[in-house]
Amino acid sequence: MEVNQVQRIGVFVCHCGTNIAATVDIKRVLEAAAKEPGVVHAEDYQYMCSEAGQQKVREAIKEKQLTGVVVCSCSPRMHENTFRGAAQKAGLNPYMVEIANIREHVSWIHKNIEEGTEKAIILTRAAIAKVMLNAPLQAGQSKVVKRALVIGGGIAGIQTALDIADAGYEVDIVEKTPSIGGRMSQLDKTFPTLDCSACILTPKMVDAAAHEKITIYTYSEVEKVSGFVGDFQVDIRKKARSVDMSKCTGCGVCQEKCPSKKIPNEFNRELDNRAAIYTPFAQAIPNVPVIDRENCIKFKTGKCGVCSKVCLAGAVDYEQQDEIVSQNYGAIVVATGFDTIKLDKYEEYSYQSCPDVITSLELERIMNAAGPTKGHLERLSDGKAPKSMVFIQCVGSRCADERGKSYCSKICCMYTAKHAMLIRDKYPDVDVTVFYIDVRTPGKNFDEFYRRAVEEYGVHYIKGQVGKVAEHNGRLLVQGADLIDNRRILMETDMVVLATAIEPNPDVRKIATMLTASIDTNNFLTESHAKLRPVESPTAGIFLSGVCQGPKDIPETVAQAGAAAIKVVGLLAKDYLVTNPCVAKSDELYCNGCSACEKVCPYGAISYEDREVNDHGIREVRRVASVNSALCQGCGACTVACPSGAMDLQGFSNRQILAEVDAICR
Amino acid sequence: MQVENKKEFQPKIVAFCCNWCSYAGADLAGSSRLAYPADVKIIRVPCSCRVNPMFILRAFQRGADGVIMCGCHPGDCHYTTGNYYARRRMTLLFSMLDYLGVEHGRTRVEWVSAAEGVKFSTVMNEFVEKIYSLGENVRLEDLRCKES
Ligand SMILES: Cc1cc2nc3c(=O)[nH]c(=O)nc-3n(C[C@H](O)[C@H](O)[C@H](O)COP(=O)(O)OP(=O)(O)OC[C@H]3O[C@@H](n4cnc5c(N)ncnc54)[C@H](O)[C@@H]3O)c2cc1C
Ligand code: SF4
Ligand code: SF4
Repeated sequence: MEVNQVQRIGVFVCHCGTNIAATVDIKRVLEAAAKEPGVVHAEDYQYMCSEAGQQKVREAIKEKQLTGVVVCSCSPRMHENTFRGAAQKAGLNPYMVEIANIREHVSWIHKNIEEGTEKAIILTRAAIAKVMLNAPLQAGQSKVVKRALVIGGGIAGIQTALDIADAGYEVDIVEKTPSIGGRMSQLDKTFPTLDCSACILTPKMVDAAAHEKITIYTYSEVEKVSGFVGDFQVDIRKKARSVDMSKCTGCGVCQEKCPSKKIPNEFNRELDNRAAIYTPFAQAIPNVPVIDRENCIKFKTGKCGVCSKVCLAGAVDYEQQDEIVSQNYGAIVVATGFDTIKLDKYEEYSYQSCPDVITSLELERIMNAAGPTKGHLERLSDGKAPKSMVFIQCVGSRCADERGKSYCSKICCMYTAKHAMLIRDKYPDVDVTVFYIDVRTPGKNFDEFYRRAVEEYGVHYIKGQVGKVAEHNGRLLVQGADLIDNRRILMETDMVVLATAIEPNPDVRKIATMLTASIDTNNFLTESHAKLRPVESPTAGIFLSGVCQGPKDIPETVAQAGAAAIKVVGLLAKDYLVTNPCVAKSDELYCNGCSACEKVCPYGAISYEDREVNDHGIREVRRVASVNSALCQGCGACTVACPSGAMDLQGFSNRQILAEVDAICR
Repeated sequence: MQVENKKEFQPKIVAFCCNWCSYAGADLAGSSRLAYPADVKIIRVPCSCRVNPMFILRAFQRGADGVIMCGCHPGDCHYTTGNYYARRRMTLLFSMLDYLGVEHGRTRVEWVSAAEGVKFSTVMNEFVEKIYSLGENVRLEDLRCKES
């Protein structure tokens, strides 16, 4: 057996109160450990992680001149860093510490003392065998660029940016559409207080635009991301607006005079039209129009140019080109929000064929004074005021088949109650019926809100699903079931509103791939820990804000946006980050320059250089692999791909893992 | 000689678990007290793509009766693509091992997330049961590695 004579190993066995000691015979573990070659010290303690326990480790390192430490305790995911810290304080390289997990992997699952003890001994031996081969590693440092990027300028992105900027750091917001504001700018009034959405959103938009630390890139998209936590390099594509931001005064003459006015208006959910030169809404920030080149007559035929003629500021610029802005950031926040799902697979609701069947977001626009009907509730088919309305909840949410989403969209119960209440308030003679599967109102003042809709506003709630909506004599025929009274329902109504499921913005896949952030099966971005790290992505330096992480209403979005901001601030407050030294390293003597490793590295950390090597006295220049330790994340893919065994991973080297295998199979 | 002091069959099972998902899943199985046989010994690796086929061959050579490799679910790899490499490598290795007489049942790949303590324990219970039914592995074992 190969024993590195210079290694002096100390083994520390923790009782964890009775958590370990109850099913592992600590004394036998100590005895077995002491017999292993290289072990010069073995002791146990009630709580190794406590200050007193750590002191024992420190003292033993000094007194016995230990070169390696094995702690038999809970999971390394729990206390590896604690014991590394203790070692470092005693002057030992922190990477000379290994943990034998005898709690989560032994005492908590094996109730038989004999079995538990035996397994604990084997795991201890494996850790000893590994630590014998550990080498001191030096964590590097990488500089933190003290600027943050926020992708998405909805309420989530705006709030995160404001909070980071208020802490004194520079923030850039990249927003895809011509204005910041997101979905919230499309809402009319908001639950649970029924205040007007624009009245609470617009001041925040203005604050963000005026903040000296915030730069807003609208009509822009993130094109490329490289780098890593602390120093991401990002290319932002500023799409050509065709209007010079510095000259435009926002007078709006161009939009009025533009002859191409038949373009579906996205902001009003395509319920009316806009011009080819447009700002999405009156309070847009920035209040500078863009030319939609696909629909602009000048760009299509070369003739027209009306906007340029009417613009007194001379701001219209047909020659403008897309511009790529390259910036560095220490942290990136994703706040790309959501959209409602497409309803083409739900033929039963006749959404495609009947203009009087609308989604809730369309209703928000219809109720809004700046909307397609100037805020009058009317049927889109004939402009008549409805006498009766039916709301259908959970359209595409909590759906068992693949047409919809398995999850609850969370906001629909509340906004449907809001819609029902607002309509009954403004138009008391309109009869309002809501079909629901469950009414879910967990939230402060939420259930009270829903009960007001039923009790004060006389909204009829029917538990049951709607099977079909069809046009019938100029009205709509709704077929459904009342599950409480167990009867079928057939009713005529004038308008049907579908509380449509929400889904992450479809772009998010592209964004997640660029950032190597993970997304779940529903395309929501995943958090690092569902309970304890809800605003961090598992990828270091990437943070999550708003609905891109999961369905949320505005109060929750704002709370999460603030949480993401504080995490970013915590990161940006550091001057340097400690880098993981467990990175790959190639041995130039074995490397044959084949490029196998480079191909599998997901971080582009491997490059090749011509280096003079001294191979047993023969000097020659060879093309060899070289790992950039700042980019390498230590996955080890390259080590297995390497056919010549040149590439190895520090801290998890081939020899170390083989030693563990041997110890376990002994 | 071996036959004489043959005790009850106690399989040696090595489980390679990636640090981010499966090792955390094993921790969760532990903190949820979801038992599985003590025959399973876990080796922590940063990613399933760190598992070199050599490690698995060595385990069998040293007398392991079964080797299981666990990683993050496809698409969830902490390093984005590591588990895809691991999957391809293991598919090849396992069919070669099968050819050498190490039955398919002795090798397994499983995707276990950090949230799947139950799955971890279920998989380990199943796997160990399978190894018991297959009995001792004698094909690749190098008798010189046996401790007397
Ligand atoms: C019909 C309806 C009614 C509602 N009523 C209420 C209510 O009364 N009260 C309440 O609390 N909540 C309500 N909500 C919920 C509310 O709309 C959301 O909680 C809120 O808008 C979430 O904000 P966000 O910033 O996360 O997402 P969003 O508002 O969707 O903002 C995301 C932003 O990111 C941008 N973006 C997307 N992809 C990219 C990209 N690749 N690059 C750059 N930018 C990008 C988008 O253009 C958008 O501006 C309602 C929702 C709906 C659908
Ligand atoms: S481009 Fe010219 S006309 Fe159009 S809003 Fe700006 S200043 Fe007014
Ligand atoms: S360990 Fe992974 S990240 Fe590092 S160089 Fe190798 S393949 Fe790239």
